[in-house]
Amino acid sequence: MGLKLVLTGNYSIAYAAKMARVNVVAAYPITPQTSIVEKLAELIEGGELDAVMIRVESEHSALAACFGAALAGARVFTATSSQGLLYMHEMVHWASRARIPIVMGIVTRTLGPPWNIWPDHTDYMDQRDTGWVMSFAVDNQEAFDLTLQAFKISEDPRVYLPVMVGIEGFILGHTTMPVEIPDQSAVDEWLGPRRQPYVIDGSDHLALGNLASPEDTEEFFMDIQNAMEEAKKVIAEVDEEYSKIAGRPSMGLVECFKCEDAKYLAVSMGAWSGDLKEAILQLRDEGFDVGLARIRYYRPFPAEQLYERARGAKGVVVFDRAISFGSAGPIFLDTLASIARYSRKTPYVKNVVAGLGGVNITSEDFSKIIRKFVEEVESDALVPFEWYHRRGG
Amino acid sequence: MYEIVFVGRGGQGAVTAANILVEAALIDGLQAQGFPFFGAERRGAPVAAFSRVDDKPILRHGMFNTADAIVVLDNKLLNQDYISQFKLRDKGVLVLNTPYNTPPRDFKLRVEGEYSVYVVNATQIALKHRLVIAGWPVVNTSMLGALSKATGIVSKKAVLEAVRRYFSGRIGEVNAKATEDAYELTVRVV
Repeated sequence: MGLKLVLTGNYSIAYAAKMARVNVVAAYPITPQTSIVEKLAELIEGGELDAVMIRVESEHSALAACFGAALAGARVFTATSSQGLLYMHEMVHWASRARIPIVMGIVTRTLGPPWNIWPDHTDYMDQRDTGWVMSFAVDNQEAFDLTLQAFKISEDPRVYLPVMVGIEGFILGHTTMPVEIPDQSAVDEWLGPRRQPYVIDGSDHLALGNLASPEDTEEFFMDIQNAMEEAKKVIAEVDEEYSKIAGRPSMGLVECFKCEDAKYLAVSMGAWSGDLKEAILQLRDEGFDVGLARIRYYRPFPAEQLYERARGAKGVVVFDRAISFGSAGPIFLDTLASIARYSRKTPYVKNVVAGLGGVNITSEDFSKIIRKFVEEVESDALVPFEWYHRRGG
Repeated sequence: MYEIVFVGRGGQGAVTAANILVEAALIDGLQAQGFPFFGAERRGAPVAAFSRVDDKPILRHGMFNTADAIVVLDNKLLNQDYISQFKLRDKGVLVLNTPYNTPPRDFKLRVEGEYSVYVVNATQIALKHRLVIAGWPVVNTSMLGALSKATGIVSKKAVLEAVRRYFSGRIGEVNAKATEDAYELTVRVV
């Protein structure tokens, strides 16, 4: 076993990129992401990481530079947040449609206006349909683990898609916690050298982004969908292998917390799942039969696993820190579709949207929401959508 | 779970104190978190930083305003409105950097029940060790010594080791001396 360091969530991601021995980092600063690439710049400057730092004039260029370097065969990394991620958005599609392995850290922050630097999942969810594999951490250890694993998943020939790893700004991004770092030699052996479907280095003729027929284009997109299905297996395998060098159990796409026999199942993603776990322990003490299925990978969406967890439940409550305006929370929509895909008999499914713009949600809030949910189910009076909002405290 | 708020002025090192406390907790075999106020801060303005310490994994995240210990890096903040957003839990501990060995008067910090107050002249300790950056006495490492004495939440040995790890070299040694002095000089006044 390696070291235990006190790291912020941002530094955890930076150290994971370092241990993956990235060759190129290109980035543009934005709160609350900046300290990831600051730390990488420091590691490069100090000779601890042999990589090139490309300072660019925008996030669009940051990912464009990473894309170019990746095409040429480099292992690359970048990170961004919020408006910067939106500005980058065109290149986000370029990377996945070119099937080029890239790893990016997303330190989530809401979108303006109004101007606001606090976290929710709005910026992350805006990338939902880009064809990137998307994971999200619950704490700094997982931020480190998911980032390191992202390189292995992205570079697996069955996947060959870029991967983004999400953490909430401040809540994890600026919070220090002890993080276990595996041995570099074990990581090197496990991760291996860079793999990618093709390299543009002038040695061969290769056209990228040229005109394709509608049928060819559609087949490219069908391949991405198939790669996402394959990614489910790859993610589970990679997590399993990694657990051996990390000495911690693997969880795959979904963490199950007291969920095996739960009559009431909560579904959530991100750091607030920790507060939700605390609420579940409290509610279990009060006699409520409640558990949690925590989304670790949002794309590919773990439909089968969620269905398996939800099928025996009487009620499912899905917490979203983002909203598709005019509809509902994105995780709720995916959860509902997952259950309906495998069964015509669905449990009660409720959506709670909360914590947008960085509103603090505590375990007491979760306890309150779940008690009310159970009451609604038991009295057959479900309120299917609720925006939980509060001020103060 | 033990929750601590550090209240100081931007530039006094409250966030660093919260992070060194995590290192100390790790040395003592405990779990911990340390984090700044979520948002923008300015040098000289009142600021807060937060720590949680527990012997079990810490599940909860985010800022809090009610704490088991509140460490105030500048005694003049005690009667400012800013500090009234924070509250001491019943049997909570206030740890104060002040030149006075007397109970503080007219403070705006809220309290839930019984509380105790520990004081130390961390500014004088910092000056003695020439811990001054840009004209400001650096009191955060001394206040960690005071917190250890007042609460025992982390051991003196762990705090000294954490300070040495965080700063390393000569700066680490000087800070550790200040931490040790503060530990010895901290007294209970309430």
